[in-house]
This record gives sequence, C-alpha cells and structure tokens, in this order.
Amino acid sequence: MAFKILVCAKQVPDTNVIKINPVTGTLIRDGVPSILNPDDANALEEALKLKDKYDDVTVTVVTMGPPQADQMIFECIAMGADEGIILSDRAVGGSDTQATANALTAAIKKIGDFDMIFAGRQAIDGDTAQVGPQIAEKLGLPQVTYVEEFDINEDRTEVTVKRQLEDGYELIKVKTPCMLTCIKELNQPRYMHVAGIFAPNKDIKIWSAADVEVDLETVGLKASPTNVYKSFTPRPKGKGVMLTGETEKDLAADLIARFKAKHII
Amino acid sequence: MAVNLADYKNIWVYAEQRGGKLQNVALELIGEGRRLSREINAEVWAVLIGNGIDDLATECFEYGADKVLLIQDEKLAKYTTDGYTKALCDAINEYKPEIVMYGATHIGRDLAPRCAARCNTGLTADCTHLDIDMDGYIAFTSENTTLDVSTVDKNDTKALGLKMTRPAFGGNLMATIIIPNHRPQMSTVRPGVMSKREREVGATGEIVKFNPVITDADIRVQVLEVVKSAKELVSLTDADIICSGGRGVGGPEGFQIIKDFAAKVGGVVGSSRACVDAGWIDHAHQVGQTGTTVKPKIYFACGISGAIQHLAGMQNSDIIVAINKDPDAPIFEVADYGIVGDLFKVIPEIMAAWDK
Repeated sequence: MAFKILVCAKQVPDTNVIKINPVTGTLIRDGVPSILNPDDANALEEALKLKDKYDDVTVTVVTMGPPQADQMIFECIAMGADEGIILSDRAVGGSDTQATANALTAAIKKIGDFDMIFAGRQAIDGDTAQVGPQIAEKLGLPQVTYVEEFDINEDRTEVTVKRQLEDGYELIKVKTPCMLTCIKELNQPRYMHVAGIFAPNKDIKIWSAADVEVDLETVGLKASPTNVYKSFTPRPKGKGVMLTGETEKDLAADLIARFKAKHII
Repeated sequence: MAVNLADYKNIWVYAEQRGGKLQNVALELIGEGRRLSREINAEVWAVLIGNGIDDLATECFEYGADKVLLIQDEKLAKYTTDGYTKALCDAINEYKPEIVMYGATHIGRDLAPRCAARCNTGLTADCTHLDIDMDGYIAFTSENTTLDVSTVDKNDTKALGLKMTRPAFGGNLMATIIIPNHRPQMSTVRPGVMSKREREVGATGEIVKFNPVITDADIRVQVLEVVKSAKELVSLTDADIICSGGRGVGGPEGFQIIKDFAAKVGGVVGSSRACVDAGWIDHAHQVGQTGTTVKPKIYFACGISGAIQHLAGMQNSDIIVAINKDPDAPIFEVADYGIVGDLFKVIPEIMAAWDK
C-alpha cells in the first residue's frame, strides 16, 4: 500500500540579503541567491521523516515557477524527495495567490491520488500564507495551518497535530488526506546528502498549462482578483540627533534632559 | 465571472474572539472600519461567530460598530476552519458586504484565505494601511513613501475601491493592492497598526442574527484541546515603552540587563529576530516583519543593528533611541536619538538618571 505525499514548495529570493538601491528605490536583485523557501524546507522534512519510517512512502515536490526552479527541485531530491514537478508556463505568470492556487490545484489533480499534502506556512517573498489554504479549499480538503508538531496513527488514516497560536496551541485531529502548512518549530530540515546529489534516476518533470489541463480563464494576471496598483519603498524616517558626551553618564544625562524638555517623560 | 459591484454594500469586520474574549485587533479593525465606512456612506458591521457570546455585542457597539452580525451555534463553540468558513461565507452570500477585514492573527490568516477561495474573490495579506478616499491615499503615500504621487490618477475607475497597502520582500518594498472586479474586497490587517476608537460607554445598535445550517459532516477536524501557553504573556502591541535587545547583548544572559532596564522604565522586553533564531529569547518578544509590529511612545533599540525586517516592525514608534557600538549601524538612520557606546555601560546610566 503506497502512501503518496505531496510537498508544495517555492523557490524564493533570499530576502535577508536583498538591498535597496537608495537612488532609484528599487530592489537590487543581482547576486541575490534563490533558495528553497524556509517554511517549505520544514514541510519537506516532515514528509521525509515519514519516508524514513515507512518503506512505501513516496515524496513528490510540486512547484510553480520558471524552469530554473529545477535548482530547488535538485536540492529537494538531494535531501531525499523522489521526484519534482515544475508547472512552468507564461500563461500562469503574474498570478496572484488565488490564480496560483488554481494552477497548482490543476497540477495536483493531474498527479492523481495522494494521501497527504505538506506546504510551508508562507513564502518569504510575499509572506501571504494564502496559497496553502486556497489549494485546500479548491481540492475540498481539510486544512491545518501553523503546524508545530505532527503525529500519525498506525494505519496512517488520521493525524494529530499541534497548531501554533500566538498564546498557546490547539491540538487537532484530522483524517487523511489533508493539507498541513508547516512552520519552523516543526522540525530541523536535513542537509542534502551525497547520494541524493548524484542520484541519476530521480525525476524532474516540467509541465505546461496544457499538460495540467488548467482552464486558462482561471490563471495568470488577468484571472487574478488582486492587482498591484502601486509599489514603492517606505520613506526613511529623517535621521535624528547623535548624542555626544565624554562619558556614558553624560550621554545618559543628555538623553534624559532631552526627554524632559520635550515632555516625553 | 464578473459580479455586479453595486450589489455589495457595507464594511464587515471579523470580530475575532477566543474563549469568549474579543481580541484587541477586532476592536482596532472596528475603529478602522468605522473611519472607512464614513468615506463611502456605509455601515460597519462586527461579525461575531461562536456560541454563548451574545454579551460581546455591547463591546463591539461601544468601540464603533453600527451593527453586529451574531452567528451562534453549538458547533461553532471552538474555532475550526471548516465551521467558521461555512458560517462566514454563507453570511457573505446572504448580505453581500463590500469589504471584509480580518486581524492577521493565526486564526484570521487561517480563515481569510479559505473564505476568499470559497467566495472567489481577492485577499490582501497583512495590510498596514487602508484607504478608500483618493485624496487620503495621496496624502498618505506622499508623506510616508517614495511614491511619485503624480502617477496616481484620481479618475482611474479600477482604483475607486479599497486601496490596501502592505510590506513585501521582508519589508524592503511596499505595495498597494486593489481588487477591481471582485467582491467582497478582503484583507487581513496586522494587529497593532490601526487605532481603536475611544470607548463610548452605552453606545448601542442593531443585532442581526444569522443562523447557517452547520452539520457534523461540515466540520472535518476535531479540536481536542486549546491550550494557553504557560510562557509569560508579552503584550508588545500595548506597551508604551519597549526595551529591545539585539545581537549586541551577546547571549541569553545578556537579556538580563534588558529585563532590568524594562522593569525600571515600566517597559516590555523586545528582541530582534537574530536573538530569537539563536534561541536567546522566546519568539513572543520578537519585533519586526515576521514578529510583532509595535508603535510605543519610546523604543529603545539596544545592540540592534537595524535589519530592514526589524525596522519594518518598529519604525512608527514615536521616539526611537538607538544604543550601539557601531556608529555605522543602520538603526541610527531611523533613530531620533543615537548613542554610540557599549550598551552594558550606557543602560545602567540611563536607569540611574531615569528618576532624577
């Protein structure tokens, strides 16, 4: 009895190293590495832990993006995934989260039967956390978001997860198949291993919109309910006063005097 | 599948409650919804979903709601994605609101995308500013952003609705999102960025009761328990003073001086992401794009270099004081008062001078 797990992943620019051109106010993308989205690495790790535990588990990574996303799929396979699918087509370019969910839902339907979907909670380029739940809705699956602990029963028909809240957690039981979105507290993603890096037989498929038979009226920029109206950078707040003083005591006294003069304290 | 935009009216706020207690962000959104509703001659409705929560309606009215939509059912006693999505989407189909706002909490960010997908409409995540009125939008962007406002066309019919502004790329960029052809326009809004109205004790309004049909089969998850963590509650969003530590504190023990400082000035302890990632302090203290957005009266940034993702969460503080050894640290670019020095020497002196 095979147990098929899908992992939704995204290749993203590493936002920690993105810089802004101070003159034009635009992003400097040159030299910014593309990485496997961090929460998606946690999603993949949880799938791989199941694969470690049961011989019949297969892990398929699904993504949407340019053909260069194969770099990310290589990384996933080197970590232990069995195969990767990239939905890549100009027709899906410019999709917002809803249209992206439509496209990925079509790709998942094309894959066929599955037992579980793991996704990252959110991608660091958009931080929306929307695509996972939107896919779940379109597939008619129950969802649990912000998963920080995961357990599955013996016959793998039911999972029990901790869903993180700001002030605690919920303990939730749900039957498979279901969509779980994962956060970094869930696990520590493994490194790529050498055997995986050189695995010659692992599959990377690139599918077009026609391959997944998606309704073209539901994907891409024109089908997206949200549009970017304007984009800009925040105006840097004017630089304030650098306090000067011989000693720390002088500096502190100067600060407190300024606070009092302005009735801040 | 175009909808008739004119069929949709009024602004809804999902008034999130947990265990019978309204969340702060719900009151903030009622305040913001009220402000926006007056620009378009509409009403702001607070949508309460749960069981045995009739008494929360009063609080919604006192903070500015014109109407309360009360949805109660035994099966809605605890939050579930399935139950609350059905309740809210059925109500949306019945009453057709023009705008639906949710707090960008772990519950709001679970519920909103599911509802947006079911209602086949757009959703903008984690908004930090909302406008309908074009002049208001122009005033906001010209004051706070680098947008060339001459590019804003006041007569652009696509942009007459809600203009939802949010950070992207870890706070490096901001974007204004519109939903021209779908309704309702949905957004989640960051807790702590909108302002509550002054509570008007005794204010009242109409309660509209809505009873969706929810069956056991509709709810496919079982919530076994809801546990409040024992960890100390950190209310960064309500704090008047925040004392935040960064990598410069050197390690977990370095937060002791920050805690002492906060205790002295009546503040709350905050942290940069680097310290949380390093395990020096709990995530609940994290200020920034992926943590909490704050706007205290005074923000002390101690040993924080000022990564953009941190600045995105604190730059709207009234007064920012930066203490850092490195005179070139970016935090000084946003600080009102900068002190170049060793935080372990400067902080004790500020504490000593505080009461003088």
